[in-house]
Amino acid sequence: MKKHFKNVAFLVIAVLTFSLRLSFAENMVQVKGSDTMVNLVQSWAEEFMIKNPNDFVAVTGGGTGTGLSSLISGTCDIAMASRNIKEKEIALANKKGINPNEIKVGMDGLAVVVNPDNPVGKLTIDQIAGIFTGKIVNWSELGGKNEKIVILSREVNSGTHVYFKEHILRKNDTNSKEEFAPRALLLSSSQAIADEVAGNSMAIGYYGMGYISAKQKPIAIAINEKSEYVEPTIDNVVNGTYPVSRPLFLYTNGQPQGMVKKIIDFALSKEGQDIVLATDFVPVFK
Amino acid sequence: MRKVKEFIIEKLILICGLASIFFVGLIFLFLLKEGLSVFNIVTPLDFLFGKSWYPISDPAQLGILPLILGSLLVTLGAAVISIPIGIGCAIYIAEIAPARIKEVLKAGIELLAAIPSVVLGFIGMITLVPFVKNCFHLPTGLTALSGSIMLAFMAMPTIVSIAEDALYSVPKTYKEGALALGATHWQTIWRVMLPAASSGLLAAIMLGIGRVIGETMAVMMITGNAAVMPNTILEPIRTLTATIAAEMGEAVVGSEHYFALFAIGIVLFIISFAINVTADLFLHRKQ
Repeated sequence: MKKHFKNVAFLVIAVLTFSLRLSFAENMVQVKGSDTMVNLVQSWAEEFMIKNPNDFVAVTGGGTGTGLSSLISGTCDIAMASRNIKEKEIALANKKGINPNEIKVGMDGLAVVVNPDNPVGKLTIDQIAGIFTGKIVNWSELGGKNEKIVILSREVNSGTHVYFKEHILRKNDTNSKEEFAPRALLLSSSQAIADEVAGNSMAIGYYGMGYISAKQKPIAIAINEKSEYVEPTIDNVVNGTYPVSRPLFLYTNGQPQGMVKKIIDFALSKEGQDIVLATDFVPVFK
Repeated sequence: MRKVKEFIIEKLILICGLASIFFVGLIFLFLLKEGLSVFNIVTPLDFLFGKSWYPISDPAQLGILPLILGSLLVTLGAAVISIPIGIGCAIYIAEIAPARIKEVLKAGIELLAAIPSVVLGFIGMITLVPFVKNCFHLPTGLTALSGSIMLAFMAMPTIVSIAEDALYSVPKTYKEGALALGATHWQTIWRVMLPAASSGLLAAIMLGIGRVIGETMAVMMITGNAAVMPNTILEPIRTLTATIAAEMGEAVVGSEHYFALFAIGIVLFIISFAINVTADLFLHRKQ
């Protein structure tokens, strides 16, 4: 019996020391946040780890809000954000001794997508706002089939959700009280929206350009009826004609140092920005 | 020496026994501490009966009536589906099935209980949701009905196994007496066995419902999560549990949104506590 106990104790100590070594032996950086940016940052991380075999970068999604609140509570080193940090979040961070530092690492065009069977192919910003706030309820009002519009949105933890609300629904007007229609379906990932749009001819959704595939039809968007309808392509985002694009950020605690700095420098390097382009986003430098 | 050993073991077991109550108490206190702060911002009436849930707007609108109704609607739907099937299955297993089929059925039901809810949700998303959409010609299949059907699968194992136990523990003499008086097998089941086991059956139903109302992952995946006041079961809804799961990651610690989510936790805790107490009352009435 006693011998048995000794064995168990030995095992426990062995496991503990092993796990301690794991966490200290390598330089580990936690990156968390925007689902839109997960693929991009994961590609950076993989390339970065090939070049620096002793460093380890862990990338997880969850949404911009999740990333920023992890940065504030100190459970990640870098937060990926597809929107600017809010005043409230900065205040909270300062209270906890965290000083969020913003680094712009790329741009993203937001695509509004419908099913390829949907005859509607172009909309103005006003029409899109009308659809998502619930004022336009039938596709026939927009020249489509006589079918109800099914609104797909991301969950409230998504930076894409917040960006879309502020810039499309509220048209950058901070006093505006427009909201997503209550009957909008809130899906938990961009992929879920892509899948639902692919299988539902009445659905309309939005997500980062990188998720567009042949199973969805991106809508050409115009600022108003008189201006030109522009397709969401990388070129149109770069030359500024596509009206719905947003910056992508990484947030660090204070000025980046050590390994965090190495990662940020890599992201902003020529090679890092080529990866931005390869993952269907738009680089900050051209 | 032996007495000391005995004493120590007894006390250890006592601590183990009290631990679970202690933890429940701690959890409830924590929920209260975090959740009650929301009532500095909204009144309890506005919180429980407000019809808009826009937690991240400025000012936030924190009305959870659509969420409560969503949870209740899905649960009701699941109960309507799972109770007849579950009780019927229990009767078959306990009374009618031959020994071999009985073993297979019991094993199958245990297997059903072992499927993780995220897997059921995933299967529901790719099979049930398109089916419901085409079947009822709906704009979308992400509806309360899809959630109810999937949750019925989750409630079934609980209902079947407890109901079967209840039927099994009806004294054999009841059954023999009824048969001896010339009642048919079905008459015996319907008029004697079911009434005799009624409190156990009710407990089975309550515990099944308790499982459903607390379920999160599957409903989040297939009910659409639209915080709208539900009119029919063929519309998307948003449940209390899915709201907490989807939004907790985003909520900034210490914000009104964060407190509101904890307050939803209190509401859920009270609902499942009430269900469990009712189930317990039924179970004890039997003795």
